Amino acid sequence: MELKRSDRLIIGLWAVILILLVRLFAIQIVDDSYKRDANNNSMVYHTIYPPRGIVYDRNGEVLVGNRICYDILVTPREVSAFDTLALAKALDLDTLWIREQMAYYKKYRSRIGWQTLQFAKQVSVEKYMKFAERAYDFPGFRGQVRTVRDYPFNAGGNLLGYVSEVNDREIEKEPDIYKSGDYIGKTGLEAAREKDLRGEKGYHVYLRDSRNKVQAAYKNGEFDKEAVPGKNIVTTIDAHLQQYGQELMHGKKGSLIALEPSTGEILAMVSSPGIDVDVLSNMGAHYAALAKDPGRPMFNRTVQASYPPGSVFKLVNGLIGLQEGVLEPWYQYPCNRGYYYTKTRKLGCHGHRSPLRLEEAVMMSCNAYFCYVLKNLLENNKYESVSDAFDKWREYVLSFGFGQKLGSDFPSELGGNIPTSKLYDKRYGRRRWRTSNVISLSIGQGEIGATPLQIANLAAIMANRGYYYIPHIVKDSEGLEIDAKYKERHYTMVDTSHFAKVIPGMWMAVNGGPGAGGTAGMACVPGLDICGKTGTAQNPHGADNSVFICFAPRENPRIAVVGYIENAGWGGSWACPLASLLIEKYLLGETTRPELEKRMMETVFNVAGN
Amino acid sequence: MLQGTDRGLRSTVDWALILIYLVLVFIGWLNVYASIHTPDMGSPLDFSLRSGKQFVWILTAFVLALTILFAINPRMWEVLATPGYLIVLVLLVAVIFLGSEHKGSHSWFSVGPISFQPAEISKITTSLLLAGVMSRQGFSLGRWKDFWQVAAVLGLPMLIILAENETGSALVYVGMLFVLYREGLPGIFLGLLGLAIFIFILTLKTSVWVSLIVLGVIALLYLWYLLKQTRPLSRERRFSMRMLLLGTVVFAGLVFSTDFAFNKVLQDHQRLRIEVLLGMKDDPSGVGYNVRQSMIAIGSGGFFGKGFTNGTQNTGGFVPEQSTDFIFCTVGEEWGFFGCLIVLVLYGLLITRIVHDAEQSREPFTRIYGYCVASCLFMHLFINIGMTIGLMPVIGIPLPFLSYGGSSLWAFTLLLFIFIALNRQEKKYF
Repeated sequence: MELKRSDRLIIGLWAVILILLVRLFAIQIVDDSYKRDANNNSMVYHTIYPPRGIVYDRNGEVLVGNRICYDILVTPREVSAFDTLALAKALDLDTLWIREQMAYYKKYRSRIGWQTLQFAKQVSVEKYMKFAERAYDFPGFRGQVRTVRDYPFNAGGNLLGYVSEVNDREIEKEPDIYKSGDYIGKTGLEAAREKDLRGEKGYHVYLRDSRNKVQAAYKNGEFDKEAVPGKNIVTTIDAHLQQYGQELMHGKKGSLIALEPSTGEILAMVSSPGIDVDVLSNMGAHYAALAKDPGRPMFNRTVQASYPPGSVFKLVNGLIGLQEGVLEPWYQYPCNRGYYYTKTRKLGCHGHRSPLRLEEAVMMSCNAYFCYVLKNLLENNKYESVSDAFDKWREYVLSFGFGQKLGSDFPSELGGNIPTSKLYDKRYGRRRWRTSNVISLSIGQGEIGATPLQIANLAAIMANRGYYYIPHIVKDSEGLEIDAKYKERHYTMVDTSHFAKVIPGMWMAVNGGPGAGGTAGMACVPGLDICGKTGTAQNPHGADNSVFICFAPRENPRIAVVGYIENAGWGGSWACPLASLLIEKYLLGETTRPELEKRMMETVFNVAGN
Repeated sequence: MLQGTDRGLRSTVDWALILIYLVLVFIGWLNVYASIHTPDMGSPLDFSLRSGKQFVWILTAFVLALTILFAINPRMWEVLATPGYLIVLVLLVAVIFLGSEHKGSHSWFSVGPISFQPAEISKITTSLLLAGVMSRQGFSLGRWKDFWQVAAVLGLPMLIILAENETGSALVYVGMLFVLYREGLPGIFLGLLGLAIFIFILTLKTSVWVSLIVLGVIALLYLWYLLKQTRPLSRERRFSMRMLLLGTVVFAGLVFSTDFAFNKVLQDHQRLRIEVLLGMKDDPSGVGYNVRQSMIAIGSGGFFGKGFTNGTQNTGGFVPEQSTDFIFCTVGEEWGFFGCLIVLVLYGLLITRIVHDAEQSREPFTRIYGYCVASCLFMHLFINIGMTIGLMPVIGIPLPFLSYGGSSLWAFTLLLFIFIALNRQEKKYF
């Protein structure tokens, strides 16, 4: 049937309407990109910055708090003529700089449109108040609340780390979380606990028009998101003890660490020279100077430096000897100012009476005694070769937390170094080396490296008589549980019963009284029952390092301390009194030896030289 | 009332047309209000606002409609066709020299606060005269004299309007081809027009050579068809062969002149609009911006839209001309696909109903005028909505009854109600 022309035209009309509808269906319902573009067009998000989590010490003192400050924002389009001088005065800015800024805004006014830009950063509350009083004089300018870090105690600069603006690399890594201008923890606890501390940003959604002018809250704020404040963190640090430790270490280079042996909690951890907290809050201004400082104040040597532990390591060798059955407490070895490990070569010792038993050897830190112990350990018929015995010895040492990362909550922790038999096989040839080749290991020298934290952990092991908890700095608190590994006991391979055979030596070293030959008499505080072991570690760069580990009281110890002072000489003279002062402070609240305290605090080594 | 009424209002006036008209005008007013809506604006009837003004335009348009229906003898329109046409032609020319500049075209007369566009009225006068000419006793499009007469009636205003730089209004006259088709113009003319547009776009998008090959294939197909359908040596075949040859040559000429026409005849902004539409050029901040923003507004509407006055794109000023030429964006954004569907169906019903009434008419004048009205509305509808959704280049013409503006609302009211009055008169007397 032939269609009438009028009908054809009507069919054509509806065909065109159908085409229009299909197209509308495609862009309105099928394609989502227009909805996205519409949101980009018309919505503007004003960020609400959450306050960062607060860091507390173990007793509820605030270590890191937040201080309110203001960023001054400007919407150039809304700025009308104002008194440049008055603004400069209110915000403490340079008049010329303000004029330059305004000229810049004017030049790029079409590109800027109704956008709001940052004008000044981190204006203090006092300054902001001055500005706010006269805000009506400066239309187009407004303040935005930000928080910056605030440090009530000058304690733990190196542990806490600092916060500053994210860089491009960090934004690239987590583009959903960080935007330009956000803050991020860069080092220390701030970096390690960034995820907990940062909180979640919120935003207000506003509608804007095509010229970027904000018109109203979008749907009465229905889609706004409140900022979620960062989680607070309770640390194991004792703020007062930490501060005291820093005062003691003033002018010295090295580490001072205090642990609670029964939990592995770090009570104080001083790396010196370190960073003062007032530097932390404004790292940008100090960074260049710090990076150039030869004393390397940003370097946290408590976990990032590896030293020979020195004589404190004799404890480990003694304990292994007891466990292996090659040593008994009553064994006596002679010492004639040293130990001849070949016909002509001698490992020297200081003058003391001879022969000594185990306890006395510990107390007087006899080198020769522990050379015999190591010789008996390695040249043991139980093992097929020195090499096999050595591997066994290494296994023991590792069980004390040496030679590998302890797994503390410091991400930059080093593992130290305990050599393997392979190293000597390579150096001397397979089966071609003997105790004499590795004799330095007996006294904690040679190819052995440990971080001060590992040495502190040894002190805790001695205090606990055979086990340790991984040292850590964050405590369980509400909403923030720490890893279960920090709550596990880690036993060494030495039976706990053997520890009691060594500890009297440590007690005697401190409390033996004058003339008895104890190396750590300077640590003696009546009534505290401090047990300790000195060490003097050779340092290829200048004078020996002074080392001391101790714990107190002898029964149910509450604190274990290591002092590791670089280039300070003999262990008994510096590390020993420093560590004992720290114990005194912790257990008694203040020192009974103000003279000593004063001398320790005031002595300044040349810490810059290296 | 007029004399000789033996049938009442109820049965003589096409109420369906009036109802659709009222609904569209009301939808238009709602959307004009929504398109300028801000949270702190005053009453929608405030005369300083576009919605207030549009309200006044609507009321006056109603007065106009009632006057046409009841106070003017519909015979008048036939009588007035020739003088009206001539007066408007004079105005069209005069406005080029006397009119005020309005977005790059000299097409507006401004008298105090009121400005109007002769081009809007010329649609009506041209339609009336066309109806007059074509309804004459013995008129036949096949006769050269009659054909040229029709060409002159349509061509004159179209050319003057083109000279005014009102491309959109001029394009509307192309729609009159549908009227001619209804009155006997061979369908091949519509086909050839479509082919010309296709070849033009193909040449721009690809190259002269691709177009020539396509053209050749079409010509060969047609030749094959001729050889199968016609007897050898018949007059019909010889005539068709000649026409085919002529057509091929003309189209080849078109292909070769496309480049010239596009680059030399079209003005820069027109060329740019076509280039953007065809995706040959990206111009997100200029012409492309308008289309892009318009599509974002409509596309973000979803199925049911964001709700009355809740649009963000229109009120935010992202869409250009959001209450006049781009009023459909507000419909699309706030009422969604559903709203668009209703508006389009209303237009479809309106035009269908006009065509239906025209076909029912016993007087050729009414029928031809009715087709003119339908074609006019269709062209506006297609060009305007096509433009907002990126199917047509940006051509500034209003959406009938919906766009803000007194001049256009009055013109369309006049256009439609003259037809309703003509239609009613017939029913009254026959």
